[in-house]
Amino acid sequence: MFLVTLSLVEPAFGLVFWMTLSFLTVLFILAKFAWKPILNSLHEREKTIEDALSEAKKAREEIANMKASNEDLMRQARAEREELLKEARDVRDREIATAKDKAKAEADAMLGRAREDIRNEKNAAITEMKNQVAELSILVAERILKEKLGDPAAQKALVDKVMTEADLRKS
Amino acid sequence: MLKPLLRAAFVIFGALSLGAATAQHEAHATDSTTAHAVATEVHAAAAAEGHSVEGHGEAKKKGFDAGKLILDHIGDEHGWHLWGHTSLPLPVILYNTQRGFSVFSSSRFEHGHKAHDGYMLHEGRVVAVNEDGEVDAHHATVNEELTKATWDISITKNVMSLLVSMALLLWIFLSIAGAYTRRAGMAPKGLQSFIEPIILFVRDDVAKSAIGPKYMKYMPYLLTAFFFIFLNNLLGLIPIFPGGANLTGNIAVTLVLALITFGIVTFSGNKHYWHHIFAMPGVPGWVLVILTPVEILGMLLKPFVLMIRLFANITAGHIIALSFFSLIFVFGETSAGAGYGVAIGSWAFTVFMAMLELLVAFIQAYVFTFLSAMYIGAAIEEPQHH
Repeated sequence: MFLVTLSLVEPAFGLVFWMTLSFLTVLFILAKFAWKPILNSLHEREKTIEDALSEAKKAREEIANMKASNEDLMRQARAEREELLKEARDVRDREIATAKDKAKAEADAMLGRAREDIRNEKNAAITEMKNQVAELSILVAERILKEKLGDPAAQKALVDKVMTEADLRKS
Repeated sequence: MLKPLLRAAFVIFGALSLGAATAQHEAHATDSTTAHAVATEVHAAAAAEGHSVEGHGEAKKKGFDAGKLILDHIGDEHGWHLWGHTSLPLPVILYNTQRGFSVFSSSRFEHGHKAHDGYMLHEGRVVAVNEDGEVDAHHATVNEELTKATWDISITKNVMSLLVSMALLLWIFLSIAGAYTRRAGMAPKGLQSFIEPIILFVRDDVAKSAIGPKYMKYMPYLLTAFFFIFLNNLLGLIPIFPGGANLTGNIAVTLVLALITFGIVTFSGNKHYWHHIFAMPGVPGWVLVILTPVEILGMLLKPFVLMIRLFANITAGHIIALSFFSLIFVFGETSAGAGYGVAIGSWAFTVFMAMLELLVAFIQAYVFTFLSAMYIGAAIEEPQHH
């Protein structure tokens, strides 16, 4: 029992020999034909992925830059347009204002003249009317007087009446 | 030494799981070959302690020696025992400084019953005998002098398993390397995608973190060692041929691995490393008298511990798994019912242990590789400028 146990921790020469031989052979073969291509291609793949990622990042940054410059241009263009529009609006406003002023002044002048004409016409008409009324009154008075003063009694009554009224007016 | 402990463990465990009925076929389903091996060892094992056994059948004629069975299993043998009385004969290769080379099949020994060509098996070892040709082992006399001059480089069970695992390693990794060159720059596929994370793990978490920027030079060794240990740990868990050998739990194998690590550390050690071992800077001369031997001892202890750790962990796993199965037959000797009862518990515990051993298989491969990388890293570390 003890002997067998001892042999467990006592390395057997044959196994040491074969282990050394085969392990070193396999190590050599694998190092040359397996680990080298595997590690290389792993490394290459990682590099490719890394490159692709960094390129993508660069592209993204470029796009962002481009976007920023585009936006700048757009902003400038928009500002210019605003300016132009504003100027145009100002010009138009000014034109409109002057036109309005002119039109108003003309209209005022026309109205003034029209009013003057109307007033003149009115005065002429009133004067004429007064003259006609006076003429008519005289005619009427003449006629009435001619009619009424044919009769003496009537003359007397009229004189009285006029006298009374004159009295009344005096008092 | 080991046996009383095992027996005590059996008794405690048996008391827990005694009393149930039939579960032997369940045990067969999980680990049938180990069970087979156990069953056949019952025939072979000699009655060491003379249990009183009332027999029905051949199996009960001799006592069951669990300790011998377990030690036989975790040890090495000439020829590969498959099942029952069938073993796969393997070539015996001997070199004797006086007799020269002898190569013959291990079946010529007839399991230690015959001497052949001046050699015979004695307690699992090849010894030289005085008689030549085919002689019965009982009549042969051991020649101590010639035995000492004999170098046994036979293809034993462990060597065979070693060669099989090396062939597997070559096949797996050469085909994967082919896949990498064929599908360059593309996503991994199949076996490649199973192995790749492990390779990356060894590269990033073992080599890069422990060695530093010069890790690339040591990657071939670290990867080979990692996959060799991992593969053989897993093969050791498979009870059927060509698995089941206790290769990474063999001290010769772990010795070679540890020696290679030691060699790499020693040869890549820079001035800074040797300076720290032989003349620790900033330490007065009289302290160095004590410190330098301690440092040298530490340098040698590192690979020694590497060797022992892997050996002990894997061997312990095999011993535990086999102990649970031996339990069935230890109890089966006293009564068949007890044997069946214990079988249920043994089966459950073996399944649990197998799960644990899967984890251990990976962890031990990782620990060995990581510590190797740490030692290499310490040897090539550049001094920090103060």
